[in-house]
Amino acid sequence: MAGFVLRRLGTMAITMFAVSVLVFLLLEISPGSVATKVLGPYSTDEQRTLWLEAHGYFQPLWVRYGDWLWNFVNGDFGESVRFKVPVSEILWPRLANTAILGLVTFAVMIPVSLVLGVVAGMREGSRLDRAISVTSIVTTSVPEFASAVFLSAVFVFWLDWLPGTSGMAEGFSFRELILPVLVLVIYDMGYVARMTRASMADVMTTPYIRTAILKGLPYGRVIVRHALRNALIAPFTVIMLQINWLLSGVIVVEFFFAYKGFGALLLEASLNQDIFVIEACAMVAVFVAVATQTIADVGYAFLDPKIRFG
Amino acid sequence: MNQRMPSAPARDSAVRRAVRRVALLRESPVAMIGAGIVLFWVLVAVLAPLIAPFEPNATFYPYARPGAGHAGGGTFWLGADMIGRDILSRIIWGARTVLIYAPLATFSAYVLGILMGLAAGYKRGWVDEVLSRLGDVLLSFPVLVLYIIVIATVGASGVNIVIAITVAGAPGVMRIVRGLTLEIGSRDFVAAARIRGEAAWYIMAVEILPNARGPLIVDACLRLGYVTITIGVLGFLGLGLPPPDADWGSMINQARGVAMAFPHMTVFPCIAISSLVLGFNLLADGLREISLRD
Repeated sequence: MAGFVLRRLGTMAITMFAVSVLVFLLLEISPGSVATKVLGPYSTDEQRTLWLEAHGYFQPLWVRYGDWLWNFVNGDFGESVRFKVPVSEILWPRLANTAILGLVTFAVMIPVSLVLGVVAGMREGSRLDRAISVTSIVTTSVPEFASAVFLSAVFVFWLDWLPGTSGMAEGFSFRELILPVLVLVIYDMGYVARMTRASMADVMTTPYIRTAILKGLPYGRVIVRHALRNALIAPFTVIMLQINWLLSGVIVVEFFFAYKGFGALLLEASLNQDIFVIEACAMVAVFVAVATQTIADVGYAFLDPKIRFG
Repeated sequence: MNQRMPSAPARDSAVRRAVRRVALLRESPVAMIGAGIVLFWVLVAVLAPLIAPFEPNATFYPYARPGAGHAGGGTFWLGADMIGRDILSRIIWGARTVLIYAPLATFSAYVLGILMGLAAGYKRGWVDEVLSRLGDVLLSFPVLVLYIIVIATVGASGVNIVIAITVAGAPGVMRIVRGLTLEIGSRDFVAAARIRGEAAWYIMAVEILPNARGPLIVDACLRLGYVTITIGVLGFLGLGLPPPDADWGSMINQARGVAMAFPHMTVFPCIAISSLVLGFNLLADGLREISLRD
């Protein structure tokens, strides 16, 4: 088990290294364009040369990459071109906001989708199962921005129950969180529910469940004590991998509702060519994605007795 | 030469086989509904110049509500946008945009992914190792983050969107093709072809790939739906095709500021894109059901 965890951590480190090379090459391969982005399109050649000189851009590519990586690992992400402050000063508060959004989304999405998936998978092919399956296809077909539009049209424009933006201008407000969370939950729920359903339906056909039912145990007890324990292993992995999807979803939702989160920051930075903010956001996003993938793999191995004792 | 020109009876049976395969759709109502929705949008896209009531880029009556009449004749059935362009006409022409770019991007992701997957699964060894690791790295990006940094670097245009979707989509296709190739590659008929002395490309293209088509067709439908969403999202985020041509995502982006007062500007394009994606997803679901039944 310890060897497995170490191997997974090693893979994670290698992946992060490769990602950092990719991000660096994509954004910084040509020093001239970096200088233009930092100093603006109306800077003179002389200004750009001076800036490049002062920031060590005339060194070979691999030296520049080494310096960049070293600063990055030490938490120095450079300075935002647009806000003229260190990137970390903007990044961490934004990331905290997104973490709140993500946590609330998961707190709602996980119980709802697990219950739906289990109920649907308990009696495969029943009318309830069909209804839940069709609903989950529909909800995963509606892109996040579309359900944001639909929900706003109903709850903001028509009923006027909820605020249409979530800028949190007067401090934290739970009401402003409702629509963004709802949009994310609707989109992600279908997939988790379908995976849970498949896993549950699989377990329900195993001989040990049939035995438990035939020996006369109450049906509820068979579900809770026997079926769920095995049926919920696969959804655990799916839910962890869902964090990767959520990182895409928050970009759309934060942009739509003007929520001051990490995804909106990445998008604003890329629309404004704020290069060091883009780099920092991209690296943080991939780090979160890779870390959750690693946790999913290790957790799966830990939960599944076949692997744990194997 | 002879290979390129199939004789008449061979072509006939190929057509008949295709017809029979399409007729299989009748076995699944879900697939039929999905195919119907997709076909509807394909027809709308093809017939756009004939059925669109107005010029999609011409400006008439800003902020017209749905159903408002036009002084010069005609009705804005779905209203008009901030600068007075007819929304119904833009949705009709927008179907063209999405039904050109989504299949194009999906197809090019498939070509690259199939080449990589066949190479990795058939050659194995270091080729497999390198390609699989590369795929893992690309797949570890949250996909929208990858699109945003690529498009922010190379700029938003039709070609760049296709390139970004190809790069982001190919690793997923590669994984599936690699798995199928590993499985099919161990069958007897592949060994027989190898003993016959066939070239590696021949075995991959003629022996392995046609036998992997079932799961790939289902995956392609799902991926088409997903790419449709992606193109919509990029347009919505302001990273889509340059204006003024109609594209559903960009319509929503442009109307975002006034959407709270004039929801018709955003709601109808959203219905359009959601229904098309639903069509692809239902088709994929139905096809999977049919393929599991055999």
